[in-house]
Amino acid sequence: MNIALIIIFFFLLISIYLGIRSRKGKDMELEQWSVGGRGFGTVFVFLLMAGETFTTFTFLGGSGWAYGNGIAALYIICYGCLMFILSYWILPVIWKYGKDKSLVSQADFFAHKYKSTGIGVVVSLVGIIALIPYLTLQLKGLGLIVSVASNGSISYNTAIWIGLISVIVYVTLSGVHGSAWTSVIKDILILLVVVFLGVYLPIHYYGGFESMFKAIETADPGFLTLKGNGLSVSWFISSALVSALGAYMWPHSFGAAYTAKNPDVFKKNAIVLPLYELILLFAFMVGFAAILQIPNLKDTDMALLALSKASFPPWFLGVIGGAGLLTALVPGSLILMSTATLISKNLYKPFKKSASDREINIVAKSLVPIVGLIAAYFTFNGGGAIVQLLLMGYGLITQVFPSFVFSLMKRNPVTKVGAGAGILVGVLIIAYTTITGITIGQIFPAIPQAIKDINVGIYALLANVVVTLIVSALTKRVNQNGLSQKTESTGKTAIK
Amino acid sequence: MKLKHIVSILPVIGLLVGIPFVNRAEPYILGMPPMMFWVALWTVLTSVTMFIVYKLEKKQESG
Repeated sequence: MNIALIIIFFFLLISIYLGIRSRKGKDMELEQWSVGGRGFGTVFVFLLMAGETFTTFTFLGGSGWAYGNGIAALYIICYGCLMFILSYWILPVIWKYGKDKSLVSQADFFAHKYKSTGIGVVVSLVGIIALIPYLTLQLKGLGLIVSVASNGSISYNTAIWIGLISVIVYVTLSGVHGSAWTSVIKDILILLVVVFLGVYLPIHYYGGFESMFKAIETADPGFLTLKGNGLSVSWFISSALVSALGAYMWPHSFGAAYTAKNPDVFKKNAIVLPLYELILLFAFMVGFAAILQIPNLKDTDMALLALSKASFPPWFLGVIGGAGLLTALVPGSLILMSTATLISKNLYKPFKKSASDREINIVAKSLVPIVGLIAAYFTFNGGGAIVQLLLMGYGLITQVFPSFVFSLMKRNPVTKVGAGAGILVGVLIIAYTTITGITIGQIFPAIPQAIKDINVGIYALLANVVVTLIVSALTKRVNQNGLSQKTESTGKTAIK
Repeated sequence: MKLKHIVSILPVIGLLVGIPFVNRAEPYILGMPPMMFWVALWTVLTSVTMFIVYKLEKKQESG
């Protein structure tokens, strides 16, 4: 057994221990299991929110984006900051409504606001379709990091099974408490590893940051600026905006808002979390450092691992493997729990209205291993379909944002049919453009380049809002006519 | 729209206005290309802005 393997297993055992121990002294009924009994303070909510920022993406995707696309990778930091500004205003509202109505899932919020279990079902389905590919991404990242870091001692498939079984055990037993406690060690470890790599590698290979960037600019002029088309300024800004709008529409992020003990927690976090985003800069530095040291990587996501393997002894690769394992387990556990809660509360319950809270609780926990196995199936056999779903993920989930915003208005102009129609149109536009690969520029070749480069999610959102308002206006009229007819027959007036 | 809302929009305006200006290869600032430096600075300013918003809100609540 090599040293890297021992270190990876050490971190795995710590995370399982923390995950299981976190349930001590708590009765794991649904509210405690899924939203922590609404008792988390600033630190735990911070870790849950930060857990969303630092997933396997930080290790593989962040550095890979810098390696493959250059300075355009910075949009990720920008959308993170914008989403935290948004969190200052929307999370306290979600929290208060959730507390007043005892909600535990994102779909609960929509079902209550629109007084429609149908809308709850639609939002659940959109969430689940987006979440399963996201979970498979975490599992694939986990398999890749652990197998490379252990120098093949743990195979890709074995690493995925070990990680998945671990997370299923502590999610089933401890729910969100397990996620919160394991994120403590995860964030400490990833902070140390990513900052060290981001500082050490540029200095080791180039003598410093500036000389690294100058070498890159000399080798590939224009790599450190946004392009005139494609990954342009308008793409950068529109992608940051659309990603920020969708960030808290992910069911596991939305659900994390219910866990706080008071709304002030979100406001304090909105001040600190943007600074935490700066850690991503160090992940990008690793990607930039790899460009000239390990050129022409077929899979750009391998930039960090390939350069680390060429630069460090096995024991340090074990530390990187341990950090990578934890970056998959924490968000993976939140996704597993959110999906199980959505299915039990918003798909099972509407079809079995007599189900008690205890029954829903049992169903939710029983679904955890089932959802995990479905994700494992797609991880090993998903192929192109799962990649397409993953590409659509953010675009899909952002489509519930307009209905969410309308629901916060004192006089919501949107009907449940309008909300459903808007979400459906937005989802169809995202699905069509992703699957066919068609762009706005191909549909309207005469429009200016800057408009062609705008993220398609913006166009889908605009169509979503227009359809939502038109269908709402039409269905409101139908409803009013229906009510008028009813009131005429009873001789009373219902509409003021 | 209150002052706290207006202040919280400032980072969004900063992003929209700033990015086109810093989209260039030189000069390097603290070893970083202009755009990377601007995004790092903008991130810190966003944090400061949200702190100001928080203080404005607390002042409003107590006043």
